[in-house]
Amino acid sequence: MARTRSPGSSGYLVFLIPGLVLSVAIVVVPLLMTIGTSFTRWQGVGTPVWIGLDNYVRLAHDPSFWASFQHIALLIIAMAIVPTLIGLVLAAVLFDFVAVAFGNRIAGVFRSGFYLPQILPVAISGVVWGWILHPSYGALNSLLAGAGVPSLAHNWLGDPRYALYSVMAIMIWMQIGYPIVVFMAGLQRIDPELYEAAAIDGATWRQRFTAISVHLLKPEIYVVLVTTTIAALKIFGQIFVLTRGGPGTATLVPSYFAYKSFFEKAEVGYGSAMSTVLTLIILMLTLVFLRLQARGERLR
Amino acid sequence: MTAGAGHHYRRGWVRHAVLVGLVIALLLTISPFLVVAINAVKTPADYAAHGPIALPQSLSLTGIVEFWQRVDFTRKLLNSLVVSGTVAVLGVALSVLNAYALGIGKVRGRIWFLFVFLAANLLPQEAVVYPLYYLSKSLHLYNSLTAVIIIFTVIQSAFGTYLLSSVYDHFPREILEAAEIDGAGRWRILVRIVVPLSWQTVSVLFAFFFIWTWNEFFLPLVFLISNENQTVPVALGVLQGQRFMDATTTSASALIGILPAVVFFLIFQRTLIRGVTAGAVK
Repeated sequence: MARTRSPGSSGYLVFLIPGLVLSVAIVVVPLLMTIGTSFTRWQGVGTPVWIGLDNYVRLAHDPSFWASFQHIALLIIAMAIVPTLIGLVLAAVLFDFVAVAFGNRIAGVFRSGFYLPQILPVAISGVVWGWILHPSYGALNSLLAGAGVPSLAHNWLGDPRYALYSVMAIMIWMQIGYPIVVFMAGLQRIDPELYEAAAIDGATWRQRFTAISVHLLKPEIYVVLVTTTIAALKIFGQIFVLTRGGPGTATLVPSYFAYKSFFEKAEVGYGSAMSTVLTLIILMLTLVFLRLQARGERLR
Repeated sequence: MTAGAGHHYRRGWVRHAVLVGLVIALLLTISPFLVVAINAVKTPADYAAHGPIALPQSLSLTGIVEFWQRVDFTRKLLNSLVVSGTVAVLGVALSVLNAYALGIGKVRGRIWFLFVFLAANLLPQEAVVYPLYYLSKSLHLYNSLTAVIIIFTVIQSAFGTYLLSSVYDHFPREILEAAEIDGAGRWRILVRIVVPLSWQTVSVLFAFFFIWTWNEFFLPLVFLISNENQTVPVALGVLQGQRFMDATTTSASALIGILPAVVFFLIFQRTLIRGVTAGAVK
């Protein structure tokens, strides 16, 4: 088939049709339905009843709603901020100390080891930790008893005073590998001569770390912070397996709140309102991030 | 290399202190895996007598075998393989088609299309779950692998479209123009030139889609309610707190959940690390 069309941009739209049709059917229409449902009272059967903004007013007065976003704020610290900070230090140490002093192979072994928790399905890491932290037969409490400090043993996930902090610790463990891998890859871009020049000028490791590594890794830091923050906002599997949001509402999060409203309480309108709020927050974060990224690219 | 950055670390004790610190951190990171492994191969009596920290007295696979048969784990593995494999293939195909139109074709409004795809991937799944649940029931697709495959194909390809479009943005125009002059149509150019030349990124996407879909929990939990349709994470996740899940059974279940993930990691390791990097700088 000999076609002698000049290279233009016509005729490509046809390739987009399957993707667009499927996206509209699976994402756009359901999303609009959820937003619409959020203005109704509906139990999943029968006809939804239009109630305007009542669900949103109810959310604003629901302590569980505020609690779930407070928990998310702490989970953002555990999933985004702490892993980014620790990841920066570990990546820099592995890149310009371990790799230099002991070789790339050893640095690679450390990187893979720290990355290991990342490869587990979240539900499986929930199973692992649920068992380790189990109050009666868990490994942690018997380790503490064996070390002669049984008074430190707690019902880690079952006591509302500790449950959220336990989940936070688990999340740090899970997340740490991702920033390390991204930052170590980013550090490859840095011109080794820059480091050497700094070393010759007598810069300490800390000065090089803050002045060179952190500065040049800014694009990666943005990406890691935004993707992990969004992951924290969406957290579900770990909570479902570890605590089901409990005890009480001690570890309740927005997505589990919505899940319960949909499938346990049959309050579909209310769950839809919660989902809509969460969606708006994530979309706003994405927009801010895209703008920052575009500005960063223009500056470079 | 001139003076070498290494000369700063000539003080032996700093070197070793840092290394020891790193080794301790690494051991802490992998200790949960070790604890699970040593307890999964204990007998309940051994566990009761010596606790979770001691090494097993003898190697016993009965806990694993019993759990495997009890939950029909072979079936769960097959379900997960079918869902993840199909989603990876279809998701890559859809991403390539979308990215061809957006990255190389530069169709009008491409920025908006890209934003929609990005948003579709970042959206919390609970924002679409109830309508999809409702619609799939009325289409008799509820509690079927098909529904899960279709949904994840779209969600994963949304990310693939975003990543692959930015790669195709920089696709060498000369090659495309030369092929057009030779009389190749759009399809032929896509299949014979664009896909082979971007095979690296495409294989990264395949690995990502496979593993991400394998790890998914929320939608499979909602859509696959019967035992014979469950995927591995759903089956293991919902069993927590069941009466028969004692200490050794739980660690056995954790171990057989970990093993496939480790196998995939070993298979895809290099592709994945390359991919995490590519995803970050785009």
